[in-house]
Amino acid sequence: MSPYGGRAHCHEGSDVTDTKEDLARTPLHALHLELGGRMVPFAGYDMPVQYPDGIMTEHLHCRSAAGLFDVSHMGQVRVKGPDVRRAVETLLPADLVNSEEGRMHYSFLLNDKGGILDDLMATPFSDHVFMVLNAACKQSDIAHLKAGLPADCEVVEENDKALLALQGPEAAAVLSELAPEVATMSFMTMRDLEIAGVPCRISRSGYTGEDGYEISVPGDQAEAFARKLLADQRVKPIGLGARDSLRLEAGLCLYGHDIDETTTPIEAALTWAIAKSRRADGGFPGDSIILKQIAEKTPRRRVGLIGEGRAPVREGAELVNAAGDVVGTVTSGSYGPSAEAPVAMGYLPRELSEPGTEIKAVVRGRERPMKVAKMPFVERRYYRG
Amino acid sequence: MSKTYYSDEHEWIAVDGDNATIGITNYAQEQLGDVVFVELPDVGKSLSKGDEAAVVESVKAASEVYAAVSGEVTEVNGAVEEEPGKVNEDPENEGWFFKLKLSDSSELDALMDEAAYKKFIEGLD
Repeated sequence: MSPYGGRAHCHEGSDVTDTKEDLARTPLHALHLELGGRMVPFAGYDMPVQYPDGIMTEHLHCRSAAGLFDVSHMGQVRVKGPDVRRAVETLLPADLVNSEEGRMHYSFLLNDKGGILDDLMATPFSDHVFMVLNAACKQSDIAHLKAGLPADCEVVEENDKALLALQGPEAAAVLSELAPEVATMSFMTMRDLEIAGVPCRISRSGYTGEDGYEISVPGDQAEAFARKLLADQRVKPIGLGARDSLRLEAGLCLYGHDIDETTTPIEAALTWAIAKSRRADGGFPGDSIILKQIAEKTPRRRVGLIGEGRAPVREGAELVNAAGDVVGTVTSGSYGPSAEAPVAMGYLPRELSEPGTEIKAVVRGRERPMKVAKMPFVERRYYRG
Repeated sequence: MSKTYYSDEHEWIAVDGDNATIGITNYAQEQLGDVVFVELPDVGKSLSKGDEAAVVESVKAASEVYAAVSGEVTEVNGAVEEEPGKVNEDPENEGWFFKLKLSDSSELDALMDEAAYKKFIEGLD
């Protein structure tokens, strides 16, 4: 029995070799320790995988009240320069040029084959585009942006900022006590706002399937700000473990697992994120492949899977058809605390990707029956005004 | 009269004659967190010391339970398959995993008693 063992699911990048001393710390590190966080290396940072309540309780609390997450390890970048929206559009398939200010766009950096280098949020403002990048990818993303943008564009990493997420059905009620304006913000919008005396850049977005906010705050004010939120009885701190199970149930991809350089957005069932206005002329890396895949569909596709019984089906499990042939692989999977069933994502041939299709997953040599299922596995509860 | 032994893999082994009942310790269940699934060996299976005997899974990860001693599986606890939460609630009693007919009781000499195990886990924190 090795209680620390098994495969950790939120490991990103090459953190395995990191020693404690090499790990970076977010501005909330001391608070995590004070709250009893169990710290693990994640994308080069020393991060809380859970607090004393444990992943199950944290997960359910976020779905029933409100959870506070430290996501300061993620990259926050401002891209500035003349005609910056058009410049950024050469690297990703969103429509920034015609976008309202503060409208968030889920998008991807792509390689020439249409493979996903990272998934990200890009939000145009009056004189810059603000991006939030995955922690494990942020350095390579910044290098990619600098190499791909015109020389008169500037890529500024906001290393002095923390990023907090407040998620759950009570998030709006909690935060609007500090700033009433946040109650009517629409899903996928972002604005600058002073909250409790702290200059914040706040968005109504998240990675849990719940209503909620992500709030960028100056690092030196982050701990006081987090304490203010945690002082509300409805709010509990949530670690990376529950963050992973929450996003999985919400059907949201984890970079490096469900999507990577070898998957295109079309294979990943993320076609919705290729802006309609970019589909005629392309003009982003891998455009010819991606536009062809939209027209012709792809031989394989990312799907949701629900297991019968209780056995979690995890990343790496092979998927076999009725004849016993291996036809796909699971890319994320666990027991869904709210779905109350094993839930997973994986890739299957298109002819086996219809919801309701029966498939088997091989877990420790045993075949476990699963069904292709629509995602999300739990109802999303975004605020659309 | 039974005596309980402990392994450095955080299993308890309650021995009565050549019959042993095996489960995971309270320390182990605390480290694992909420158990959502337990996979037990088939009755009649012969296990050698060190073999993978069972699997216990939390939301986050799957962990193997290895046979701390050799023997044949005589009974498994279907209740923890039905209600994995029992492993968290009562790991060292109702949350037992399986029973073995010991094939070599001298293997018990390599295990710890309760006092030694307590010391062992204190050294881990």
